Amino acid sequence: MKTWCACVLVLAISAVAGAQDWNRAGLPDSAINAPKTNAAPAPRRDITGIWDAGGVGIAGPGHESAPWTDWAKQKAANYKPGNGPRAVYEADINDPLSTVCDPTGFPRQVMYETRPFQVVQTPNQVLILYMFEKRWRVIWTDGRALPKDPDPRWYGYSVGRWEDDYTFVVNTIGTDERTWLDNSGNPHSSELKVEERYHRVNHDLMELTVTLDDPKAYTRPWTPRNKMPLTLAPANFDMLEMICSPTEVMEFRKNISDRTNDRR
Amino acid sequence: MKARFLGAAFIFVGVVLITAPVAAHHGTASFDTSKDLTLKGTVTDWIWANPHCFLKFDAMDETGTVRNWAVEVSNPTDMTKRGWARSSFKVGDVVTVNLQPVKNGAPIGRLRNVVLPDGSSLTAMGPAPGAAPPAAQ
Repeated sequence: MKTWCACVLVLAISAVAGAQDWNRAGLPDSAINAPKTNAAPAPRRDITGIWDAGGVGIAGPGHESAPWTDWAKQKAANYKPGNGPRAVYEADINDPLSTVCDPTGFPRQVMYETRPFQVVQTPNQVLILYMFEKRWRVIWTDGRALPKDPDPRWYGYSVGRWEDDYTFVVNTIGTDERTWLDNSGNPHSSELKVEERYHRVNHDLMELTVTLDDPKAYTRPWTPRNKMPLTLAPANFDMLEMICSPTEVMEFRKNISDRTNDRR
Repeated sequence: MKARFLGAAFIFVGVVLITAPVAAHHGTASFDTSKDLTLKGTVTDWIWANPHCFLKFDAMDETGTVRNWAVEVSNPTDMTKRGWARSSFKVGDVVTVNLQPVKNGAPIGRLRNVVLPDGSSLTAMGPAPGAAPPAAQ
């Protein structure tokens, strides 16, 4: 009898544990908001793990940017965003991410929909695997310099270094100016330089600061992410898929977006 | 005539202030944020997809006309956090939907909350039930 009960108990626990191990959308707000001041010390030169910024990472309304240059005004003249001061009707939005599933690109990936992501460190690279769009970035740590006059890439070219034992700094250039910076339609040029600072405060908490320097598009550098807190997720956290599918987008447009402007 | 549409009945139209946006990928420009509409209807489809999930249902308005509504919520990721799932609805379910309609009068809107056939409810706007762990699929 005892053996039978034990088996049932083990099976029940396994079922619950199994259910919790798959398709996690993110940490609950209680974990995001929990004080972390008593966490164990940060490991040295180690930001591996799965990190979640919670709702702050999504940044739906977009960012209040530095002033635009005339080039930026011209560049974004035909941008029709879904959020921010220039938001239009759903049917009129032409955000290349949400309407045709162009890649989020960089730095939009760290400015909008910054959902849970996993950091992997190898001897010569840091890899960041993003839940949103299920894409990844390679940050070279082998001492190479950034390329001179590179062809633009959706996710740019990144190199990283440890500024101290707990602060990993990433510099990125060569981004593709077809991408928007966020869903309020802030533009950028291919001359954009991005600095990300990942500062691991302790075992459970990391802060991300992102600074953009794009004198062609903005009158001064600006910092859309300033010490954004990231919470370490459990090691068994299985990220669900969050992928922009053109098929699904077309279905949504047919049923919802394209009907928001008609006068039936 | 009305008997042909069991479960599709117009319930209530009211006006309230809506506060929290449902979706991250677009704002509220298309929606009449001053309106609050509650309809009882029959589910015709439930699409669990990006960039937004949406529920389609037949409901009768005050003139006795049945229209097929399509109301959006956020994406599967955000809805999972709120306890929603791909299996939350099946065709034929009779549900009571509280929504925010679009400005142009089309049967389109943003779902605020819905009462399911078993009497339980799901919410799509306002603070997420943060204390709840993420639901597994």
